[in-house]
Amino acid sequence: MVIVLTSISVVSALALAFTYSATKDAIAQVGVKRTLKALQQVLPEFNNDPTGEKYTVEEPEFKDMELYPARKDDQPVGTAVQTYSDNGYGGRILLMVGFDNAAKIIGISVLKQTETPGLGNKMVASTFKDQFKGKDPSVFKMTVRKDGGEVDAISAATISSRAFCDAVDRAYRALLKGGRK
Amino acid sequence: MEYLGLIIGAVLVNNVVLVQFLGICPFLGVSTKVGTAMGMAVAVVFVMALATTVTFLLHYNILAPLKIEFLQTLLFILVIAALVQMVELILKKVSPPLYQALGVYLPLITTNCAILGIAVLVIRKNFTLLQSVAYAVGIAVGFGFALLLFAGIRERMELYDIPEAMKGAPIALVTAGLMSLAFMGFAGMIK
Amino acid sequence: MNLFKELYRGLIKENPTLVLLLGMCPTLAVSNEAINGIGMGIAATFVLVCSNVVISLLKNVTPDKVRIPIFIVVVACFVTIVDLTMNAYTPELHATLGIFIPLIVVNCIILGRAEAFASKNGVFASMVDGIVMGLGFTCGLTVLGCIRELLGNGSIYGHKLVAANASTILVFILPPGAFIALGYLIAVVNKSIKKKTS
Repeated sequence: MVIVLTSISVVSALALAFTYSATKDAIAQVGVKRTLKALQQVLPEFNNDPTGEKYTVEEPEFKDMELYPARKDDQPVGTAVQTYSDNGYGGRILLMVGFDNAAKIIGISVLKQTETPGLGNKMVASTFKDQFKGKDPSVFKMTVRKDGGEVDAISAATISSRAFCDAVDRAYRALLKGGRK
Repeated sequence: MEYLGLIIGAVLVNNVVLVQFLGICPFLGVSTKVGTAMGMAVAVVFVMALATTVTFLLHYNILAPLKIEFLQTLLFILVIAALVQMVELILKKVSPPLYQALGVYLPLITTNCAILGIAVLVIRKNFTLLQSVAYAVGIAVGFGFALLLFAGIRERMELYDIPEAMKGAPIALVTAGLMSLAFMGFAGMIK
Repeated sequence: MNLFKELYRGLIKENPTLVLLLGMCPTLAVSNEAINGIGMGIAATFVLVCSNVVISLLKNVTPDKVRIPIFIVVVACFVTIVDLTMNAYTPELHATLGIFIPLIVVNCIILGRAEAFASKNGVFASMVDGIVMGLGFTCGLTVLGCIRELLGNGSIYGHKLVAANASTILVFILPPGAFIALGYLIAVVNKSIKKKTS
Protein backbone atom coordinates (compact mmCIF):
# COMPACT_ATOMS: atom_id res chain seq x y z
CA MET A 1 0.00 0.00 0.00
CA VAL A 2 2.70 2.40 1.01
CA ILE A 3 4.90 1.12 -1.80
CA VAL A 4 2.26 1.88 -4.43
CA LEU A 5 1.63 5.37 -3.09
CA THR A 6 5.33 6.12 -2.83
CA SER A 7 6.22 4.84 -6.27
CA ILE A 8 3.39 6.76 -7.90
CA SER A 9 4.48 9.90 -6.06
CA VAL A 10 8.07 9.40 -7.12
CA VAL A 11 7.12 8.87 -10.75
CA SER A 12 4.93 11.99 -10.64
CA ALA A 13 7.66 14.07 -9.06
CA LEU A 14 10.10 12.93 -11.74
CA ALA A 15 7.62 13.70 -14.52
CA LEU A 16 7.16 17.17 -13.08
CA ALA A 17 10.86 17.77 -12.69
CA PHE A 18 11.26 16.86 -16.34
CA THR A 19 8.44 19.17 -17.46
CA TYR A 20 9.85 21.94 -15.30
CA SER A 21 13.29 21.77 -16.82
CA ALA A 22 11.78 21.61 -20.30
CA THR A 23 9.71 24.74 -19.77
CA LYS A 24 12.02 26.71 -17.46
CA ASP A 25 13.70 28.76 -20.16
CA ALA A 26 10.50 29.52 -22.04
CA ILE A 27 8.91 30.73 -18.82
CA ALA A 28 11.83 32.99 -18.03
CA GLN A 29 11.61 34.39 -21.55
CA VAL A 30 7.96 35.32 -21.06
CA GLY A 31 8.82 37.99 -18.51
CA VAL A 32 11.70 39.29 -20.58
CA LYS A 33 9.58 39.50 -23.73
CA ARG A 34 6.80 41.29 -21.91
CA THR A 35 9.21 43.92 -20.61
CA LEU A 36 10.84 44.34 -23.99
CA LYS A 37 7.49 44.80 -25.71
CA ALA A 38 6.51 47.46 -23.19
CA LEU A 39 9.85 49.23 -23.63
CA GLN A 40 9.40 49.28 -27.38
CA GLN A 41 5.95 50.75 -27.00
CA VAL A 42 6.95 53.64 -24.75
CA LEU A 43 10.42 54.57 -25.97
CA PRO A 44 11.78 55.84 -29.27
CA GLU A 45 13.97 53.51 -31.29
CA PHE A 46 16.90 52.19 -29.32
CA ASN A 47 19.62 49.64 -29.89
CA ASN A 48 21.15 49.09 -26.49
CA ASP A 49 19.93 46.61 -23.91
CA PRO A 50 17.85 48.63 -21.45
CA THR A 51 17.08 45.53 -19.35
CA GLY A 52 20.77 44.79 -18.93
CA GLU A 53 21.41 48.37 -17.88
CA LYS A 54 18.41 48.76 -15.62
CA TYR A 55 18.90 50.49 -12.29
CA THR A 56 16.93 51.34 -9.20
CA VAL A 57 16.66 54.38 -6.98
CA GLU A 58 17.70 53.88 -3.39
CA GLU A 59 14.91 55.76 -1.62
CA PRO A 60 12.21 53.64 0.11
CA GLU A 61 9.55 55.63 -1.74
CA PHE A 62 10.81 54.27 -5.03
CA LYS A 63 11.46 50.71 -3.97
CA ASP A 64 10.21 48.09 -6.44
CA MET A 65 10.60 50.56 -9.28
CA GLU A 66 13.01 49.89 -12.12
CA LEU A 67 14.51 52.37 -14.56
CA TYR A 68 15.56 51.34 -18.06
CA PRO A 69 17.90 53.70 -19.95
CA ALA A 70 17.59 53.55 -23.71
CA ARG A 71 20.24 54.53 -26.21
CA LYS A 72 20.55 54.56 -29.95
CA ASP A 73 24.10 54.35 -31.29
CA ASP A 74 25.28 55.24 -27.79
CA GLN A 75 23.25 58.46 -27.64
CA PRO A 76 20.63 58.49 -24.87
CA VAL A 77 17.13 58.67 -26.29
CA GLY A 78 15.11 58.31 -23.14
CA THR A 79 14.39 56.30 -20.02
CA ALA A 80 11.49 54.04 -19.18
CA VAL A 81 10.38 53.65 -15.61
CA GLN A 82 8.53 50.58 -14.40
CA THR A 83 6.27 52.04 -11.77
CA TYR A 84 3.35 50.90 -9.68
CA SER A 85 0.58 52.04 -7.42
CA ASP A 86 -1.01 50.05 -4.62
CA ASN A 87 -4.01 52.37 -4.59
CA GLY A 88 -5.77 50.58 -7.39
CA TYR A 89 -9.31 49.42 -6.79
CA GLY A 90 -8.28 45.78 -7.18
CA GLY A 91 -4.71 45.94 -5.91
CA ARG A 92 -1.39 46.90 -7.38
CA ILE A 93 -1.22 48.26 -10.91
CA LEU A 94 2.04 48.08 -12.83
CA LEU A 95 2.91 50.62 -15.53
CA MET A 96 5.85 51.28 -17.83
CA VAL A 97 6.25 55.00 -18.45
CA GLY A 98 8.57 56.20 -21.19
CA PHE A 99 10.27 59.58 -20.76
CA ASP A 100 12.36 61.40 -23.36
CA ASN A 101 15.63 63.16 -22.61
CA ALA A 102 13.75 66.23 -21.38
CA ALA A 103 11.71 64.09 -18.95
CA LYS A 104 8.53 64.56 -20.99
CA ILE A 105 6.23 61.56 -21.24
CA ILE A 106 6.46 59.67 -24.52
CA GLY A 107 3.95 56.97 -23.74
CA ILE A 108 2.62 54.61 -21.12
CA SER A 109 2.07 50.87 -21.22
CA VAL A 110 -0.04 49.04 -18.66
CA LEU A 111 1.87 45.94 -17.56
CA LYS A 112 -0.52 44.58 -15.01
CA GLN A 113 -3.83 45.60 -13.53
CA THR A 114 -6.77 43.87 -11.91
CA GLU A 115 -9.24 46.75 -11.96
CA THR A 116 -12.96 46.33 -12.52
CA PRO A 117 -13.73 45.13 -16.03
CA GLY A 118 -15.57 47.76 -18.03
CA LEU A 119 -14.60 50.51 -15.62
CA GLY A 120 -11.10 50.77 -14.19
CA ASN A 121 -9.63 48.36 -16.67
CA LYS A 122 -10.35 50.93 -19.38
CA MET A 123 -7.00 52.39 -18.37
CA VAL A 124 -5.53 49.97 -20.85
CA ALA A 125 -7.43 51.60 -23.73
CA SER A 126 -5.87 54.50 -25.62
CA THR A 127 -8.59 57.01 -24.87
CA PHE A 128 -7.42 57.35 -21.29
CA LYS A 129 -3.72 56.59 -21.63
CA ASP A 130 -3.03 58.80 -24.65
CA GLN A 131 -3.83 62.02 -22.85
CA PHE A 132 -0.46 61.68 -21.10
CA LYS A 133 1.54 61.62 -24.32
CA GLY A 134 3.89 64.56 -24.66
CA LYS A 135 3.01 65.98 -21.28
CA ASP A 136 5.74 67.57 -19.19
CA PRO A 137 5.18 66.51 -15.58
CA SER A 138 7.05 69.54 -14.29
CA VAL A 139 4.18 71.74 -15.46
CA PHE A 140 1.33 69.27 -16.03
CA LYS A 141 -0.77 68.73 -12.91
CA MET A 142 -0.67 64.95 -12.56
CA THR A 143 -3.95 64.48 -10.68
CA VAL A 144 -7.57 64.04 -11.76
CA ARG A 145 -9.68 67.11 -12.36
CA LYS A 146 -11.71 66.29 -9.26
CA ASP A 147 -8.55 66.79 -7.21
CA GLY A 148 -7.61 70.03 -8.97
CA GLY A 149 -5.43 68.44 -11.62
CA GLU A 150 -5.50 68.30 -15.37
CA VAL A 151 -6.13 64.61 -15.96
CA ASP A 152 -9.48 63.49 -17.38
CA ALA A 153 -10.42 60.50 -15.24
CA ILE A 154 -12.19 57.42 -16.58
CA SER A 155 -15.88 57.98 -15.95
CA ALA A 156 -17.08 56.13 -12.85
CA ALA A 157 -13.54 54.92 -12.19
CA THR A 158 -11.99 57.71 -10.16
CA ILE A 159 -10.04 55.42 -7.85
CA SER A 160 -8.37 53.58 -10.73
CA SER A 161 -7.62 56.89 -12.45
CA ARG A 162 -6.10 58.31 -9.28
CA ALA A 163 -3.92 55.24 -8.84
CA PHE A 164 -2.74 55.60 -12.44
CA CYS A 165 -1.79 59.25 -11.86
CA ASP A 166 -0.05 58.32 -8.62
CA ALA A 167 2.06 55.74 -10.43
CA VAL A 168 3.01 58.15 -13.24
CA ASP A 169 3.83 60.94 -10.80
CA ARG A 170 6.12 58.70 -8.77
CA ALA A 171 7.78 57.44 -11.94
CA TYR A 172 8.64 61.05 -12.84
CA ARG A 173 10.02 61.75 -9.38
CA ALA A 174 12.04 58.54 -9.40
CA LEU A 175 13.50 59.55 -12.75
CA LEU A 176 14.56 62.94 -11.43
CA LYS A 177 15.92 61.44 -8.23
CA GLY A 178 17.85 58.77 -10.08
CA GLY A 179 19.85 61.55 -11.59
CA ARG A 180 20.68 59.71 -14.76
CA LYS A 181 18.89 61.20 -17.77
CA MET B 1 -4.65 48.00 12.65
CA GLU B 2 -3.43 46.83 9.29
CA TYR B 3 -4.56 43.31 10.24
CA LEU B 4 -8.06 44.59 10.95
CA GLY B 5 -8.20 45.98 7.45
CA LEU B 6 -6.91 42.72 6.08
CA ILE B 7 -9.56 40.72 7.92
CA ILE B 8 -12.47 43.03 7.08
CA GLY B 9 -11.31 43.02 3.50
CA ALA B 10 -11.28 39.23 3.51
CA VAL B 11 -14.72 38.86 5.11
CA LEU B 12 -16.63 41.52 3.21
CA VAL B 13 -14.86 43.33 0.40
CA ASN B 14 -13.27 40.29 -1.20
CA ASN B 15 -15.66 37.69 0.15
CA VAL B 16 -14.32 34.31 -0.86
CA VAL B 17 -17.60 32.96 -2.25
CA LEU B 18 -19.44 36.02 -3.50
CA VAL B 19 -16.51 37.88 -5.05
CA GLN B 20 -13.59 35.48 -5.50
CA PHE B 21 -15.68 32.49 -6.62
CA LEU B 22 -14.02 29.98 -4.33
CA GLY B 23 -15.88 27.37 -2.29
CA ILE B 24 -19.04 27.44 -4.40
CA CYS B 25 -19.74 23.69 -4.40
CA PRO B 26 -19.97 23.32 -0.62
CA PHE B 27 -21.66 26.72 -0.50
CA LEU B 28 -24.51 25.45 -2.64
CA GLY B 29 -24.47 21.98 -1.14
CA VAL B 30 -24.39 22.62 2.59
CA SER B 31 -26.46 25.76 2.84
CA THR B 32 -29.91 24.20 3.04
CA LYS B 33 -30.01 24.14 6.83
CA VAL B 34 -28.59 26.70 9.20
CA GLY B 35 -27.39 24.06 11.67
CA THR B 36 -25.23 22.13 9.20
CA ALA B 37 -24.03 25.40 7.71
CA MET B 38 -22.77 26.47 11.13
CA GLY B 39 -20.89 23.22 11.65
CA MET B 40 -19.31 23.42 8.21
CA ALA B 41 -18.32 27.03 8.76
CA VAL B 42 -16.47 26.19 11.97
CA ALA B 43 -14.73 23.23 10.36
CA VAL B 44 -13.63 25.38 7.43
CA VAL B 45 -12.20 28.12 9.65
CA PHE B 46 -10.13 25.55 11.49
CA VAL B 47 -8.91 23.66 8.42
CA MET B 48 -8.18 26.82 6.46
CA ALA B 49 -6.11 28.42 9.23
CA LEU B 50 -4.20 25.20 9.80
CA ALA B 51 -3.71 24.43 6.10
CA THR B 52 -2.53 27.95 5.28
CA THR B 53 0.01 27.86 8.08
CA VAL B 54 1.43 24.47 7.13
CA THR B 55 1.56 25.17 3.39
CA PHE B 56 3.14 28.57 4.00
CA LEU B 57 5.91 27.02 6.08
CA LEU B 58 6.29 24.22 3.54
CA HIS B 59 6.67 26.69 0.70
CA TYR B 60 9.15 29.06 2.27
CA ASN B 61 11.21 26.51 4.18
CA ILE B 62 11.37 23.66 1.70
CA LEU B 63 10.03 24.44 -1.77
CA ALA B 64 11.64 27.82 -2.28
CA PRO B 65 15.14 27.04 -0.90
CA LEU B 66 15.30 23.83 -2.93
CA LYS B 67 13.86 25.61 -5.96
CA ILE B 68 11.14 23.02 -6.39
CA GLU B 69 8.23 25.46 -6.42
CA PHE B 70 6.75 23.54 -9.33
CA LEU B 71 5.78 20.83 -6.83
CA GLN B 72 3.55 23.37 -5.06
CA THR B 73 0.19 22.18 -6.40
CA LEU B 74 1.01 18.52 -5.72
CA LEU B 75 2.40 18.98 -2.22
CA PHE B 76 -0.18 21.56 -1.12
CA ILE B 77 -3.14 19.39 -2.01
CA LEU B 78 -1.56 16.36 -0.32
CA VAL B 79 -0.98 18.42 2.83
CA ILE B 80 -4.60 19.56 2.78
CA ALA B 81 -5.90 16.02 2.26
CA ALA B 82 -3.77 14.79 5.15
CA LEU B 83 -4.91 17.63 7.43
CA VAL B 84 -8.56 16.95 6.69
CA GLN B 85 -8.04 13.25 7.48
CA MET B 86 -6.41 14.26 10.74
CA VAL B 87 -9.24 16.63 11.63
CA GLU B 88 -11.74 13.87 10.88
CA LEU B 89 -9.98 11.45 13.23
CA ILE B 90 -9.70 14.03 16.00
CA LEU B 91 -13.33 15.06 15.63
CA LYS B 92 -14.43 11.41 15.77
CA LYS B 93 -12.66 11.03 19.12
CA VAL B 94 -13.45 14.43 20.60
CA SER B 95 -17.01 15.06 19.46
CA PRO B 96 -18.79 12.10 17.82
CA PRO B 97 -22.13 13.94 17.47
CA LEU B 98 -20.53 16.77 15.49
CA TYR B 99 -18.67 14.20 13.43
CA GLN B 100 -21.97 12.50 12.63
CA ALA B 101 -23.71 15.78 11.85
CA LEU B 102 -21.08 16.85 9.34
CA GLY B 103 -21.08 13.40 7.78
CA VAL B 104 -19.83 13.30 4.24
CA TYR B 105 -19.17 17.06 4.16
CA LEU B 106 -16.02 16.68 6.22
CA PRO B 107 -13.90 14.80 3.66
CA LEU B 108 -15.35 17.14 1.03
CA ILE B 109 -13.50 20.02 2.65
CA THR B 110 -10.44 18.65 0.83
CA THR B 111 -11.97 19.53 -2.52
CA ASN B 112 -13.19 22.91 -1.30
CA CYS B 113 -11.31 25.07 -3.77
CA ALA B 114 -11.22 27.84 -1.19
CA ILE B 115 -8.72 25.95 0.96
CA LEU B 116 -6.21 25.28 -1.81
CA GLY B 117 -7.04 28.59 -3.45
CA ILE B 118 -6.23 30.68 -0.39
CA ALA B 119 -3.12 28.63 0.40
CA VAL B 120 -1.77 29.48 -3.07
CA LEU B 121 -3.06 33.06 -3.00
CA VAL B 122 -1.21 34.14 0.14
CA ILE B 123 2.06 32.97 -1.40
CA ARG B 124 1.32 34.89 -4.61
CA LYS B 125 0.47 38.01 -2.64
CA ASN B 126 3.78 37.83 -0.75
CA PHE B 127 2.14 37.95 2.67
CA THR B 128 4.07 37.28 5.86
CA LEU B 129 3.07 34.26 7.95
CA LEU B 130 1.01 36.37 10.31
CA GLN B 131 -0.70 38.19 7.45
CA SER B 132 -1.44 34.87 5.76
CA VAL B 133 -3.04 33.37 8.85
CA ALA B 134 -5.04 36.55 9.53
CA TYR B 135 -6.19 36.62 5.93
CA ALA B 136 -7.08 32.89 5.95
CA VAL B 137 -9.09 33.25 9.14
CA GLY B 138 -10.83 36.30 7.68
CA ILE B 139 -11.61 34.43 4.48
CA ALA B 140 -12.99 31.44 6.36
CA VAL B 141 -15.11 33.72 8.54
CA GLY B 142 -16.36 35.37 5.37
CA PHE B 143 -17.20 31.94 4.00
CA GLY B 144 -19.11 31.07 7.17
CA PHE B 145 -20.83 34.45 7.13
CA ALA B 146 -21.99 34.09 3.54
CA LEU B 147 -22.96 30.47 4.21
CA LEU B 148 -25.12 31.34 7.22
CA LEU B 149 -26.83 34.25 5.47
CA PHE B 150 -27.50 32.02 2.53
CA ALA B 151 -28.80 29.14 4.64
CA GLY B 152 -31.16 31.52 6.40
CA ILE B 153 -32.56 32.69 3.08
CA ARG B 154 -32.85 29.19 1.70
CA GLU B 155 -34.68 27.86 4.74
CA ARG B 156 -37.28 30.53 4.12
CA MET B 157 -37.42 29.87 0.43
CA GLU B 158 -38.62 26.34 1.15
CA LEU B 159 -41.97 27.91 2.04
CA TYR B 160 -42.37 29.66 -1.27
CA ASP B 161 -43.83 28.55 -4.53
CA ILE B 162 -40.91 28.41 -6.93
CA PRO B 163 -41.32 27.58 -10.65
CA GLU B 164 -40.30 24.00 -11.34
CA ALA B 165 -37.39 24.88 -13.60
CA MET B 166 -35.93 27.27 -11.04
CA LYS B 167 -36.05 24.87 -8.10
CA GLY B 168 -32.78 23.91 -6.50
CA ALA B 169 -29.59 25.24 -8.08
CA PRO B 170 -31.05 27.97 -10.32
CA ILE B 171 -32.86 29.87 -7.60
CA ALA B 172 -29.93 29.31 -5.26
CA LEU B 173 -27.55 30.84 -7.79
CA VAL B 174 -29.78 33.82 -8.49
CA THR B 175 -30.03 34.38 -4.73
CA ALA B 176 -26.26 34.17 -4.42
CA GLY B 177 -26.04 36.67 -7.27
CA LEU B 178 -28.24 39.14 -5.44
CA MET B 179 -26.18 38.64 -2.29
CA SER B 180 -23.04 39.23 -4.34
CA LEU B 181 -24.61 42.43 -5.66
CA ALA B 182 -25.28 43.53 -2.09
CA PHE B 183 -21.70 42.74 -1.09
CA MET B 184 -20.47 44.97 -3.90
CA GLY B 185 -21.54 47.78 -1.65
CA PHE B 186 -18.54 47.02 0.53
CA ALA B 187 -16.14 47.70 -2.31
CA GLY B 188 -13.81 50.62 -1.76
CA MET B 189 -14.25 50.35 2.00
CA ILE B 190 -10.66 49.30 2.50
CA LYS B 191 -8.19 51.40 0.57
CA MET C 1 -19.47 1.57 -27.40
CA ASN C 2 -21.62 4.03 -29.23
CA LEU C 3 -19.56 7.19 -29.57
CA PHE C 4 -22.52 9.36 -30.47
CA LYS C 5 -24.36 8.19 -27.41
CA GLU C 6 -21.32 9.04 -25.31
CA LEU C 7 -21.10 12.48 -26.86
CA TYR C 8 -24.76 13.11 -26.14
CA ARG C 9 -24.23 11.99 -22.58
CA GLY C 10 -21.30 14.28 -21.92
CA LEU C 11 -22.60 17.32 -23.75
CA ILE C 12 -26.24 17.22 -22.81
CA LYS C 13 -27.71 14.51 -20.68
CA GLU C 14 -24.99 14.51 -18.04
CA ASN C 15 -23.34 17.84 -18.77
CA PRO C 16 -21.03 18.29 -15.78
CA THR C 17 -21.62 22.02 -15.44
CA LEU C 18 -25.27 22.46 -16.30
CA VAL C 19 -26.78 19.16 -15.19
CA LEU C 20 -24.46 17.53 -12.67
CA LEU C 21 -23.53 20.93 -11.22
CA LEU C 22 -19.88 20.09 -10.74
CA GLY C 23 -16.94 22.44 -11.20
CA MET C 24 -18.91 25.56 -10.32
CA CYS C 25 -15.97 27.66 -9.12
CA PRO C 26 -14.04 27.83 -12.39
CA THR C 27 -17.31 28.06 -14.34
CA LEU C 28 -18.31 31.25 -12.60
CA ALA C 29 -14.84 32.70 -12.41
CA VAL C 30 -13.56 32.33 -15.96
CA SER C 31 -16.78 32.85 -17.87
CA ASN C 32 -16.50 36.63 -17.98
CA GLU C 33 -15.10 36.34 -21.48
CA ALA C 34 -15.85 33.58 -23.96
CA ILE C 35 -12.18 33.04 -24.79
CA ASN C 36 -11.29 32.35 -21.16
CA GLY C 37 -14.02 29.72 -21.07
CA ILE C 38 -12.48 27.84 -23.98
CA GLY C 39 -8.99 28.14 -22.53
CA MET C 40 -10.01 26.70 -19.19
CA GLY C 41 -12.13 24.06 -20.87
CA ILE C 42 -9.24 22.79 -22.95
CA ALA C 43 -6.85 22.77 -19.99
CA ALA C 44 -9.33 20.90 -17.80
CA THR C 45 -10.19 18.43 -20.56
CA PHE C 46 -6.52 17.64 -21.06
CA VAL C 47 -6.10 16.93 -17.34
CA LEU C 48 -9.34 14.95 -17.24
CA VAL C 49 -8.45 12.71 -20.18
CA CYS C 50 -4.88 12.08 -19.01
CA SER C 51 -5.80 11.37 -15.42
CA ASN C 52 -8.71 9.15 -16.46
CA VAL C 53 -6.36 7.09 -18.64
CA VAL C 54 -3.64 6.77 -16.01
CA ILE C 55 -6.06 5.98 -13.21
CA SER C 56 -7.71 3.36 -15.37
CA LEU C 57 -4.29 1.85 -16.14
CA LEU C 58 -3.48 1.75 -12.44
CA LYS C 59 -6.84 0.48 -11.29
CA ASN C 60 -5.67 -3.04 -10.66
CA VAL C 61 -2.68 -2.06 -8.54
CA THR C 62 -4.42 0.69 -6.55
CA PRO C 63 -5.27 -0.47 -3.04
CA ASP C 64 -8.70 0.75 -2.08
CA LYS C 65 -7.61 2.47 1.11
CA VAL C 66 -5.21 4.87 -0.55
CA ARG C 67 -7.09 5.37 -3.78
CA ILE C 68 -8.08 8.97 -3.09
CA PRO C 69 -4.50 10.14 -2.37
CA ILE C 70 -3.34 8.29 -5.48
CA PHE C 71 -6.01 9.97 -7.61
CA ILE C 72 -4.96 13.31 -6.16
CA VAL C 73 -1.28 12.72 -6.95
CA VAL C 74 -2.07 11.73 -10.54
CA VAL C 75 -4.40 14.67 -11.14
CA ALA C 76 -2.04 17.13 -9.47
CA CYS C 77 0.78 15.89 -11.66
CA PHE C 78 -1.12 16.61 -14.87
CA VAL C 79 -2.39 19.93 -13.56
CA THR C 80 1.18 21.03 -12.88
CA ILE C 81 2.23 19.93 -16.37
CA VAL C 82 -0.58 22.04 -17.84
CA ASP C 83 0.34 24.96 -15.57
CA LEU C 84 4.01 24.96 -16.60
CA THR C 85 3.20 24.48 -20.27
CA MET C 86 0.66 27.30 -20.35
CA ASN C 87 3.04 29.59 -18.49
CA ALA C 88 5.67 28.95 -21.13
CA TYR C 89 3.60 28.96 -24.32
CA THR C 90 0.33 30.79 -23.66
CA PRO C 91 1.37 33.41 -21.08
CA GLU C 92 -1.60 35.78 -21.52
CA LEU C 93 -4.15 33.03 -20.99
CA HIS C 94 -2.08 31.73 -18.09
CA ALA C 95 -2.14 35.18 -16.48
CA THR C 96 -5.87 35.61 -17.05
CA LEU C 97 -6.88 32.21 -15.68
CA GLY C 98 -4.48 32.82 -12.80
CA ILE C 99 -5.18 30.87 -9.67
CA PHE C 100 -7.84 28.73 -11.33
CA ILE C 101 -5.23 26.70 -13.18
CA PRO C 102 -3.81 24.99 -10.08
CA LEU C 103 -7.39 24.80 -8.80
CA ILE C 104 -8.18 22.36 -11.62
CA VAL C 105 -6.83 19.75 -9.21
CA VAL C 106 -9.85 20.19 -6.92
CA ASN C 107 -12.32 20.47 -9.75
CA CYS C 108 -15.00 18.01 -8.64
CA ILE C 109 -15.49 16.88 -12.22
CA ILE C 110 -12.04 15.36 -12.44
CA LEU C 111 -11.94 13.59 -9.10
CA GLY C 112 -15.59 12.67 -9.58
CA ARG C 113 -14.96 10.93 -12.89
CA ALA C 114 -11.86 9.21 -11.52
CA GLU C 115 -13.85 7.75 -8.67
CA ALA C 116 -17.06 7.01 -10.55
CA PHE C 117 -15.69 5.80 -13.85
CA ALA C 118 -11.98 5.56 -14.52
CA SER C 119 -11.22 3.41 -11.49
CA LYS C 120 -13.79 0.89 -12.64
CA ASN C 121 -13.51 0.83 -16.40
CA GLY C 122 -11.09 0.10 -19.21
CA VAL C 123 -8.58 2.54 -20.63
CA PHE C 124 -10.37 3.32 -23.89
CA ALA C 125 -13.74 3.81 -22.20
CA SER C 126 -12.10 6.06 -19.61
CA MET C 127 -10.44 8.10 -22.31
CA VAL C 128 -13.74 8.59 -24.13
CA ASP C 129 -15.47 9.46 -20.88
CA GLY C 130 -12.79 12.06 -20.20
CA ILE C 131 -13.18 13.57 -23.66
CA VAL C 132 -16.97 13.83 -23.62
CA MET C 133 -17.14 15.11 -20.06
CA GLY C 134 -14.43 17.62 -20.84
CA LEU C 135 -16.33 18.71 -23.92
CA GLY C 136 -19.47 19.11 -21.85
CA PHE C 137 -17.58 21.27 -19.36
CA THR C 138 -16.02 23.35 -22.12
CA CYS C 139 -19.43 23.82 -23.73
CA GLY C 140 -20.99 24.91 -20.48
CA LEU C 141 -18.16 27.39 -19.93
CA THR C 142 -18.34 28.70 -23.49
CA VAL C 143 -22.11 29.16 -23.54
CA LEU C 144 -22.03 30.98 -20.22
CA GLY C 145 -18.99 32.95 -21.36
CA CYS C 146 -20.69 34.06 -24.56
CA ILE C 147 -23.83 35.11 -22.72
CA ARG C 148 -21.92 37.10 -20.13
CA GLU C 149 -19.57 38.72 -22.61
CA LEU C 150 -22.40 39.60 -24.99
CA LEU C 151 -24.64 41.12 -22.36
CA GLY C 152 -21.89 42.66 -20.30
CA ASN C 153 -19.56 43.95 -22.97
CA GLY C 154 -21.42 43.73 -26.25
CA SER C 155 -18.75 41.52 -27.74
CA ILE C 156 -18.07 37.88 -28.56
CA TYR C 157 -14.53 36.55 -28.39
CA GLY C 158 -13.33 40.12 -28.30
CA HIS C 159 -15.20 41.23 -31.41
CA LYS C 160 -17.42 44.12 -30.45
CA LEU C 161 -20.91 43.82 -31.84
CA VAL C 162 -22.21 47.14 -30.59
CA ALA C 163 -20.98 50.73 -30.88
CA ALA C 164 -17.90 51.60 -28.86
CA ASN C 165 -19.70 53.68 -26.29
CA ALA C 166 -22.98 51.79 -26.30
CA SER C 167 -24.28 51.02 -22.87
CA THR C 168 -24.05 47.36 -21.89
CA ILE C 169 -25.28 45.50 -18.84
CA LEU C 170 -22.00 45.70 -16.97
CA VAL C 171 -23.12 43.54 -14.07
CA PHE C 172 -22.84 40.47 -16.24
CA ILE C 173 -19.07 40.57 -16.32
CA LEU C 174 -18.95 41.15 -12.59
CA PRO C 175 -19.47 38.48 -9.91
CA PRO C 176 -23.22 39.00 -9.33
CA GLY C 177 -23.87 38.59 -13.03
CA ALA C 178 -21.99 35.31 -13.08
CA PHE C 179 -24.29 33.79 -10.48
CA ILE C 180 -27.44 35.17 -12.04
CA ALA C 181 -26.55 34.19 -15.59
CA LEU C 182 -25.59 30.66 -14.57
CA GLY C 183 -28.75 30.31 -12.49
CA TYR C 184 -30.99 31.23 -15.40
CA LEU C 185 -28.96 29.13 -17.81
CA ILE C 186 -29.43 26.04 -15.65
CA ALA C 187 -33.13 26.85 -15.33
CA VAL C 188 -33.42 26.94 -19.12
CA VAL C 189 -31.58 23.61 -19.35
CA ASN C 190 -33.85 22.11 -16.68
CA LYS C 191 -36.91 23.27 -18.56
CA SER C 192 -35.66 21.79 -21.84
CA ILE C 193 -34.90 18.46 -20.21
CA LYS C 194 -38.36 18.42 -18.67
CA LYS C 195 -39.89 19.10 -22.08
CA LYS C 196 -37.90 16.25 -23.64
CA THR C 197 -38.86 13.65 -21.05
CA SER C 198 -42.56 14.57 -20.82
